[in-house]
Amino acid sequence: MVLKIFFPQCCNTADSGLLVGHWIPGHNSAVVLAVIHYPFIPGQVKKYLSELQSQTQVDLTVLGSWSMPKEGKEGMDSFLKDLSTIFPQKCWLQLSREIGKRGFICQVVQNNGKLLQDREQKNGDESSEGDKIILIHYDQRKVMLSQLHPVQDVSQKSDIEPSELRLVFQTVAQSQPLFFLDKYDDGPLKLTHWQSEGREASIIAELLKQASVPVCIFLTWLLSLWHWFCMVLKMLFISSKLSTCVQSGYRAVHFKTVFSPKKAATHMEFMRKANIFVSFLLDIALGLLLISWLYRENRISKLADTLVPVADRVAKELQELLEWLMGAPAGLKMNRALDQVLGRFFLYHIHLWSSYIHLMSPFIERILWYVGLSACLGLTFALSVLSDIVALLTFHIYCFYVYGARLYCLKIYGLSSLWRLFRGKKWNVLRQRVDSCSYDLDQLFIGTLLFTILLFLLPTTALYYLVFTLLRLVVVLFQGVIHLSVDFINSFHLFAIGLRICRPYRLAEGVKFKVLCQEPGTPLHLMMEINPLKCSSVLQCYRTPTYSCYPKDSWAALCKKLFVGELIYPWKQKTDKTD
Amino acid sequence: MAEEEFTDINGNSISLDCQTHSAFCREFTVTSPKLSLRKVMVYTCFVWLFAYAVFFFTENTAVLSSAIILTLVGMMIHIHFVKVDHETLLIIGSLGVQLSSSYASGRESTIFIEMSKLKDIVINEAVYMHSIIYYLCILIKDPADPETVASVVPLFNVRSSCCCSIAKAK
Repeated sequence: MVLKIFFPQCCNTADSGLLVGHWIPGHNSAVVLAVIHYPFIPGQVKKYLSELQSQTQVDLTVLGSWSMPKEGKEGMDSFLKDLSTIFPQKCWLQLSREIGKRGFICQVVQNNGKLLQDREQKNGDESSEGDKIILIHYDQRKVMLSQLHPVQDVSQKSDIEPSELRLVFQTVAQSQPLFFLDKYDDGPLKLTHWQSEGREASIIAELLKQASVPVCIFLTWLLSLWHWFCMVLKMLFISSKLSTCVQSGYRAVHFKTVFSPKKAATHMEFMRKANIFVSFLLDIALGLLLISWLYRENRISKLADTLVPVADRVAKELQELLEWLMGAPAGLKMNRALDQVLGRFFLYHIHLWSSYIHLMSPFIERILWYVGLSACLGLTFALSVLSDIVALLTFHIYCFYVYGARLYCLKIYGLSSLWRLFRGKKWNVLRQRVDSCSYDLDQLFIGTLLFTILLFLLPTTALYYLVFTLLRLVVVLFQGVIHLSVDFINSFHLFAIGLRICRPYRLAEGVKFKVLCQEPGTPLHLMMEINPLKCSSVLQCYRTPTYSCYPKDSWAALCKKLFVGELIYPWKQKTDKTD
Repeated sequence: MAEEEFTDINGNSISLDCQTHSAFCREFTVTSPKLSLRKVMVYTCFVWLFAYAVFFFTENTAVLSSAIILTLVGMMIHIHFVKVDHETLLIIGSLGVQLSSSYASGRESTIFIEMSKLKDIVINEAVYMHSIIYYLCILIKDPADPETVASVVPLFNVRSSCCCSIAKAK
């Protein structure tokens, strides 16, 4: 069996002392976490390790001894051998370095006294039964901060056995309390680990951490007020239709996640919080950029001034369209009476609408000026407001579509039912199927008459329905594009991508090994480096789950609905699902 | 350190290098032939002559600049993503297997497969157009059920003798 020892790079030049670490259960390997230097009292070492064990839930033990030759400090070897009796172990590792050699010398003593040593191969024979040692060097700080993907929770009970590398990463990550004390501290024990290379701390980061807790509590209280206010608003039916309200609702949910005073327990929660926070900041920045562009040179007033003429233009175009339909559109011959009725009905609506717009026109500039300021809440807000404005301005098109669709739907149902009568059949509601039925003569007579009338009026109604459905679909498409871009800004995980680019070791897909130079008499030395996650996997793994506008019906169902005349609501808002 | 003459499926000559670091650690390197200067010159001249001919008829300088940009971008994409310089297979006993491809631009892409995930290394054969080729592949265990799920193709196609010497080092 091959014995694998994971040795931190920071301890390569440490003074002689004891090796502290963890034996990985089930695999024949050990992770060295720190070196405790002389002088020490064995009782204090044991006490300290048991304290840390309760803190970190990692089984920390003394693995062996480390000897670094220094001038004037001979005679350590015998001292080192005696230490193995003080700390009884199954296996006692003795790592040592020699002046002039780059490799370590490793000796392993098992508790039955048998000495294992890595010997140089003689005659190149493969001795497959011999015990071998591999020394794997790792960068302690990077392994501590890194997260292996696919992410498996430590606390989660899963059937999958964690692999050896995953256990190594988990051990180093969980041993953070071990790295608080250093050899430069005034304590009973002097340790060497990654912090000995140079303490990393920042006053600003610490101050922010201290300040964040009361700020989070305050913001959570504010959010609860807002939540109560939204409950009141939800009573209004219209609030579920306006996309601004929907967007603000989702932002509130996001804030609840980000500003909760609880610290993120798992890696995925932390990434989620960070992604939402960064995307919110990006949103605000883009919104402020938009405001600075809109309000410079008073562009917003110019926009407001063009709004009423545009609405008038749309009304005029619709009027011309209706006049065209009332004549002989595309050479088709319409039923004159029905044509005139429908056309005049719709023309009256347009007249009403344009008079309302003219009534509102003196106030439009002021309203738009204040509404434009709402873009400081984020670009997504501005886009939602735009979508709502478009919906309000094209409300008459929506009304026409509903009228046309209802009329057409009624006609189609009437036709299908009378067609069944024409053939002598009936729809059985109880059995949900078509049954034959004998009708009286007068029933048949009236039924056939009505059928004929409806059939000959069908082209007119169908044409009106077609025209207004197409217009409605154009508006819906435009709104859909806006919603898609809002959704994209909401769910774009800038933090994860930034982390992948600036600190690639934090998101690890795996590891890579490199063979370090071989010297005879030393075991195999490998260098373990972190293999960062591929960019495509980052995109897939860290998408913020958010409401996405997707078509409620498939294409076939949509076409069927259009043909029959049912009202369509093509964009359905999916409720926020957590994965 | 065996150095024999091998060819890949397209007939280009490749070289295999085997290094033994220790009794249970071996490294196999397959080196492909380098990018040939003659091919690069031929392609570039062809593209630029074509662009010049189009310019002669249309008198639009955008054609020339777009041809230059196209050539540069195409060459960069080719050496960064397509042209493999050498591939390495590092086998460490009881730790795992590492596959690494190094591209002509210096980019390296590495995969490490742990021993616990590894089921077996086999030589598989496939029908490719008009011939049958042999390739070495690694079978990986399914985490839920220890049966074959994924198959990994590590190296370019080499002759069977090469495969056998690699397979012996398992």
